[in-house]
Amino acid sequence: MDRPLRLITANPVDQLARTLEALLVVASAPLSIEELAQAADENPERIELALALLSDRFREGRSGIVIEHVAGGYAYRASREAAAACERLFERPVERGLSQAALETLSVVAYLGPCSRPEIARIRGVAADSAVAGLLERGLIAEAGRDDGAGGAVRYRTTPLFERVFGLESAAALPRLDDLGESAAEIRERLHSVAVGKTA
Amino acid sequence: MIVRELELDLDAFEGPFDLLLTLLLKEELEPAEIDMAAIVIAFVERLAERDELDLEACGEFLVLIAALLELKARALFPDEEAELAELEPEEAAEELARRLAEYRRMKEAAAWLAERLAGERDRYFRVGPAPIAPRLERRLAPQDPQQLAATLRLLAEPPPQLSLAHMSLRFPPVSQFLERFRAVLRRRRRFDFDAEVGSLSRVDQAVAFLALLELRKSGEISLDQAAPFSPIRVSRPGVERGSEWIARSA
Repeated sequence: MDRPLRLITANPVDQLARTLEALLVVASAPLSIEELAQAADENPERIELALALLSDRFREGRSGIVIEHVAGGYAYRASREAAAACERLFERPVERGLSQAALETLSVVAYLGPCSRPEIARIRGVAADSAVAGLLERGLIAEAGRDDGAGGAVRYRTTPLFERVFGLESAAALPRLDDLGESAAEIRERLHSVAVGKTA
Repeated sequence: MIVRELELDLDAFEGPFDLLLTLLLKEELEPAEIDMAAIVIAFVERLAERDELDLEACGEFLVLIAALLELKARALFPDEEAELAELEPEEAAEELARRLAEYRRMKEAAAWLAERLAGERDRYFRVGPAPIAPRLERRLAPQDPQQLAATLRLLAEPPPQLSLAHMSLRFPPVSQFLERFRAVLRRRRRFDFDAEVGSLSRVDQAVAFLALLELRKSGEISLDQAAPFSPIRVSRPGVERGSEWIARSA
């Protein structure tokens, strides 16, 4: 026999999956399918195939490392069962101490961004300077240009870190604004009933 | 109960109510920075501590807080002030409801985010540093490779060897010159020292000069020099300086 005997045939998708594993372990932020395809020099369809293989291999209950689809890409994270150990090892400076004011400001930027401090202040009824500064420092929001006109206010948008911290696949994963809170009609009704009660 | 002395602990201010009012009126504090609801809550809490309702304090507080609210509203919506003033009561109510609804939705969204954050507490992931910024390239003026090579060659050249010849000087004996000068004076009555030793090395000249001093000390010769650095004339003792003497006559 001239040719050497091969008992195991290398599966190309498996080989691609190993490459993707390597890419995800060196990346410090989620990688999109396009980025993975470019780095692995493969077409996106095969990347998705290999990712499906990896997602099964690195899933909760099977591995300490889990692949998740977050912030528009794929990334490793620790499995939830290892959370207590991780908590003993790491602090969470990004999420720690997010005040109500910070969360409200973050909501305004997430839904209406890019938006400026005056716009945030108009909606919340309180100046947003310190909340915006805190969110900037945490890396949850970032500057995104200025309002039109000379001396326009700086506008802000949420960052990929925001989506990652909140476990969102993308900004589209936020609940629809119309589904939240009372409608203007309901509030008007309530205002009227208060006004009537006062005059009665 | 004195409203002015109401102690406040707000994000932007800590102290008595009347100081807050003073700072706001002097425009040293932005009305937009002040959380009015927190002031109302502080007042209501203080009120609740008492058994009876202090109507006078309530009245005073209402007047003050209403003025503050107006200040804040004007500060928050400076451009819309005129526009809003022209609204009919119905339209104003509609506008108010619209804004309240907008804020209510954001409040709900914030609650959703808070809930989500709590639910994601056990998700740990690596937060890498920001991508390394590309290094600034240092631009040099165009260089001629030949010139660069020549400069390097200059630097690579070994330094000249230092001469240590002076470390091993050989001094001729003084006696050699004693004999030599005595012999000259036997032949001639006088001679010029510079001319006699001019062809010798510096070391030999120095030793010859020592011999000269030696001969002068023992009274074998007389020395004469017309001016500093002019030729030294050596003669037998008692020989008068002749008028025929000419410098370097020997």
